[in-house]
Amino acid sequence: MPTPRIKAAILGSGNIGSDLMFKLLRDPGALELSLFAGIDPASDGLARARAHGIATSDRGIAAILEDRDIKIVFDATSAKAHARHAAALAAAGKIAIDLTPAARGPYVVPPANLREHLDASNVNLITCGGQATIPLVHAVGRVTPVAYAEIVSTVASRSAGPGTRQNIDEFTFTTARGLEVIGGAKAAKALIILNPAEPPIMMRNTIYVLPAGDFDEAAVTQSLEHMTAEVQRYVPGYRLKGAPVFDSIRTPAGPRRTITLLLEVTGAGDYLPAYAGNLDIMTASACRVAQVFAERLLASAA
Amino acid sequence: MKAPRITDSCLRDGSHPMRHQFTVEQVRTLARALDEAGVPVIEVSHGDGLGGSSIQYGFSHTPEMELISAAREVCARAKIAVLLLPGVGTQNELREAARRGATVVRIATQCTEADVSQQHFGLAKELGMEALGFLMMAHMRPPELLAEQAALMESYGADGVYVVDSAGAMLPGDATARVRALKNAIRGDVGFHAHNNLGFALGNSLAALEAGAAQIDGCLRGLGAGSGNAPTELLAAMLDKLGLESGLDTFKLCDAAEHLLAPMMPFQPIPNRDAITIGYAGVYSTFLLHARRAGEQFGLDPRDILVELGRRKAMAGQEDWILDVAQDLARAKKAKTP
Repeated sequence: MPTPRIKAAILGSGNIGSDLMFKLLRDPGALELSLFAGIDPASDGLARARAHGIATSDRGIAAILEDRDIKIVFDATSAKAHARHAAALAAAGKIAIDLTPAARGPYVVPPANLREHLDASNVNLITCGGQATIPLVHAVGRVTPVAYAEIVSTVASRSAGPGTRQNIDEFTFTTARGLEVIGGAKAAKALIILNPAEPPIMMRNTIYVLPAGDFDEAAVTQSLEHMTAEVQRYVPGYRLKGAPVFDSIRTPAGPRRTITLLLEVTGAGDYLPAYAGNLDIMTASACRVAQVFAERLLASAA
Repeated sequence: MKAPRITDSCLRDGSHPMRHQFTVEQVRTLARALDEAGVPVIEVSHGDGLGGSSIQYGFSHTPEMELISAAREVCARAKIAVLLLPGVGTQNELREAARRGATVVRIATQCTEADVSQQHFGLAKELGMEALGFLMMAHMRPPELLAEQAALMESYGADGVYVVDSAGAMLPGDATARVRALKNAIRGDVGFHAHNNLGFALGNSLAALEAGAAQIDGCLRGLGAGSGNAPTELLAAMLDKLGLESGLDTFKLCDAAEHLLAPMMPFQPIPNRDAITIGYAGVYSTFLLHARRAGEQFGLDPRDILVELGRRKAMAGQEDWILDVAQDLARAKKAKTP
């Protein structure tokens, strides 16, 4: 008897959708990719999916809604489109994994809070900077309360698509909110810098954490190591450059101790180039979330 | 040749050497003096633009919005400008700055990334502000490419676009070629913002003016990042000598620079060895103090850090790479020591 699997569909035939497809082909786990849907019959993404033997449709969400067996849908379209898709998918009883900034469902970062949202029918992946940095802020926060977290995401120009560019404030607001809600920081700030260097730079993140009070450096370091290892399970190219830097800085409220972390994210290179770690961490997190949901559906069916 | 409009940025670019510690009283004193000396536009913001108060760039002593209000209150004629870097500041801060009386915004992007500024230009025009593009690190790309980016900004609603020599890395010929290319590409004003790391702030400003720049930036006493900017009082003297009616009072500016601003300054920015390195390596002028601090922390020559940042093609605002480079250099140094 073949291994039972949960049927999944990808909505959106762009770069993100294509990378999701290659990840699911490489490592299907508890999922079976049964449909790849877009709205442009001439898109490269649909042609690529067909070449890999995946069923495709150019009728977008309509084709997905017609298939009752599809239980999990990755939405890699746009915030505007997802606002429409969310209600339709929920009505059809399908779980939506939202990779757009629409955020109709709760934010999830797999190692930080996925367990709290296992019954959700729609979850949102925040931003690339959020997926990269929130786990580490959360790792500090579980050892000592965090008064303020600040992150700087530097991404290669080539890996920032038109959606990000036309609404760069969305990145700033959403990432900061994620650092507060899931990272546990009382206040947060997010900065994004595009670097046009050729060859393109790997995605880099600097994370500054300002704990509320005194803290145990060894305990913080250990918690960070555990968290890094946990993220590496689904993003192998996730690594801290050097040890955490413990320092003191001048703030309007007087001198405060800080923790500075330098994080590099190398993509798996499934479809997107390796330097686009910012995009890879989105698709890798989405796959990780989908696997957890799928395993749960299988367990409840058994 | 027509006199250019001069924007003084000592209350914004000067925030870097001041380590973002400007007080309401200092801003009132300086803004009033600049206004009385006929400076038509005064820029007030955190050094890294609205929302720049951060661990990455340094926290502001006084919230910038209070400083904007203070400048607005004391100026009879001058317009108040703010700087906004999309990715650092957002539309929220721009709305608040406009509410406090800023009527000019300079929207700054890396010279290759103009398309991140569309929503900010849209809002600025909606708020009825004069909106200028600010193409930073402009020495890194050839004139034709800069002109394309300027045209993009104009298509979003920019009233003009600046060539910004953030690294102070240009020679007069570079300034001329870039201003000319922009003049051919856009209908609005072309501006020029100089840094003095290679000693060409004034010379480049003159070259830009001769190439058709209608707006030039200065900072009183040269107070700005790296070795500072074109001193506003020297720009005024230069315009007098050229026989152009700038509306600036050169002697009043000299007095304000010497008697009001100089006593507030922690040091006089000059092209010293680290600042020259910034111009030479073509890195962001604000790296100066951050690189010195990292140098002390890791026992390194700041020059080595700055040169390596240039090799890695660090862009505007990438202060966090300084720590990264310093760690790498310290590691390499340790590995070499027997």
